[in-house]
Amino acid sequence: MSVPKFLDSVAGFGVTFRTMFRKVVTESYPEQKLPTAPRFHGRHQLNRWPDGLEKCVGCELCAWACPADAIYVEGAPNTPEGQFSPGERYGRVYQINYLRCIFCGLCIEACPTRALTMTNAYELADTSRADLIYEKQDLLAPLLPGMEEPPHPRRLGETEKDYFLGAGDTT
Amino acid sequence: MNPDAIEGFGNDPGWIIAVKVVFIFGLLVVFTLFNVWAERRVVARMQHRPGPNRTGPFGLLQSLADGVKLAFKEDVIPRNADRVVFWLAPLISTVTAFMVFAVIPMAGEVNLFGVTTRLQLTDMSVAVLYILAVTAIGVYGLVLAGWSSGSTYPLLGGLRSSAQVISYEIAMGLSLVAVFLYSGSMSTSRIVEAQDSLWFAVALVPSFLVFLVAMVGETNRAPFDLPEAEGELVGGFHTEYSSLKFALFFLAEYIAMVNVSAVAVTVFLGGYQAPFGLPDGGWLGLFWFLAKVLVLLFGFVWLRGSLPRLRYDQFMALGWKVLIPVSLVWILAVAGLRLASAELGQTQLIVVVSGVALGLVLLSFLPWSRRGGPATDQPEDRVPVAPGYPVPPIPGAEEDERA
Repeated sequence: MSVPKFLDSVAGFGVTFRTMFRKVVTESYPEQKLPTAPRFHGRHQLNRWPDGLEKCVGCELCAWACPADAIYVEGAPNTPEGQFSPGERYGRVYQINYLRCIFCGLCIEACPTRALTMTNAYELADTSRADLIYEKQDLLAPLLPGMEEPPHPRRLGETEKDYFLGAGDTT
Repeated sequence: MNPDAIEGFGNDPGWIIAVKVVFIFGLLVVFTLFNVWAERRVVARMQHRPGPNRTGPFGLLQSLADGVKLAFKEDVIPRNADRVVFWLAPLISTVTAFMVFAVIPMAGEVNLFGVTTRLQLTDMSVAVLYILAVTAIGVYGLVLAGWSSGSTYPLLGGLRSSAQVISYEIAMGLSLVAVFLYSGSMSTSRIVEAQDSLWFAVALVPSFLVFLVAMVGETNRAPFDLPEAEGELVGGFHTEYSSLKFALFFLAEYIAMVNVSAVAVTVFLGGYQAPFGLPDGGWLGLFWFLAKVLVLLFGFVWLRGSLPRLRYDQFMALGWKVLIPVSLVWILAVAGLRLASAELGQTQLIVVVSGVALGLVLLSFLPWSRRGGPATDQPEDRVPVAPGYPVPPIPGAEEDERA
């Protein structure tokens, strides 16, 4: 659209007038919560296999990858009586300190079993330091239908091969 | 009875006068509350924001909440301040701001509690001069506030504010002279009645345009808000003021906006008369009057949303080198035309001539008439040249290359 040059000095009035009838970009946050971008780095989540066993094997690679030293993991071996993950070991203690976390996502890249991922939840304010250290039960994904609260034996196959290859089929 | 009295005024019973006074006071205070809110909302929309929307429906109570907050704040008086004058200054500003509205006709004859009266507190044969005089007294508020604060920035701001208001009051007064010549009266109600067939904004376009610019300068509003430029010199004359005394200055400033808009409506835009032959008369006059004032107030906000602030010398140059000479020449032309039309009997001639004059003014803004203007006037050897380093383009030379 070409505008004569002598109108340049008043063209700004048109801009402001038109803008008045445009949509406001401000989000009225607490009343209206708009979804974030899908890749948004929010609170972490510890995922499960379809039978409810935890994906975390307690390897501590996330804790080692963390530049802010926000993750603390203590692994422990699974036993026939107490099987929490399909592998040899599981994460007995799993803590993320959200006062330290910088939401860089390096822990997610480090995780070898995709046990640790990030959700889009961003409302992480609290009133005490202790409340902001999330424990394993705060981070674990909820039990979906068909899942069973661990500990329990592997339901998706006796051998590792059956279990892990079969687990892929169910999704 | 006073021989100068205007017919239809001065005969109201005392209680009707009291009702009108309270009405004007209430109108101006409510208008201010509304204006503060409306300005913030409209400017916000112009900037893609929603504006205040927390307090009450659509944030309507925002300015009320601000006022309450101001009233509860600590009232600080600087140690160096002249306490009496420091107190007096906001009062002068506010009282004079309210006084202007006494002579503004808000409607024609209306039935007010069974009494037929004009919706105008009073009128006099020099009402418009009275308005100019009262606003001039209001300048004392600015000067004294700046001086009595006992501090540097308020003093500078006060001086700038008063210099600005006084300069633009000259242009404003001159722009009104043509109206006096044409209406044959300085009484506001007579001026409104004289616009029965044709608004002076149409008949006297140059006067109207000068008045529009002058009224923005007069009220210290953007883009002429340089004495109160928050980002540059704290807050101008009211830097040291807090609490209710600051609120009074705030009130006075917003009432001044309503005042100059109301004067513009009265003098140039047909006052309370309906535009385009729409239904008119009685209380409808108040509606039309307020509607026109609101349009002008929107103009104030629109200016603020669109234009950046002027530099002080640019601002003064506009006032003294453009507005005042244009007004003077225009007054001469109008006076000559009045004489000519009285002799020749052609009353519509002035419309044609004012159109031609406006065309000439607009022509002077076209790019090819700008040659040799102040921007390209600089001698060549004054352009700084540093060999080996990038130098900003020379404005005049670059313009020529592109053309």
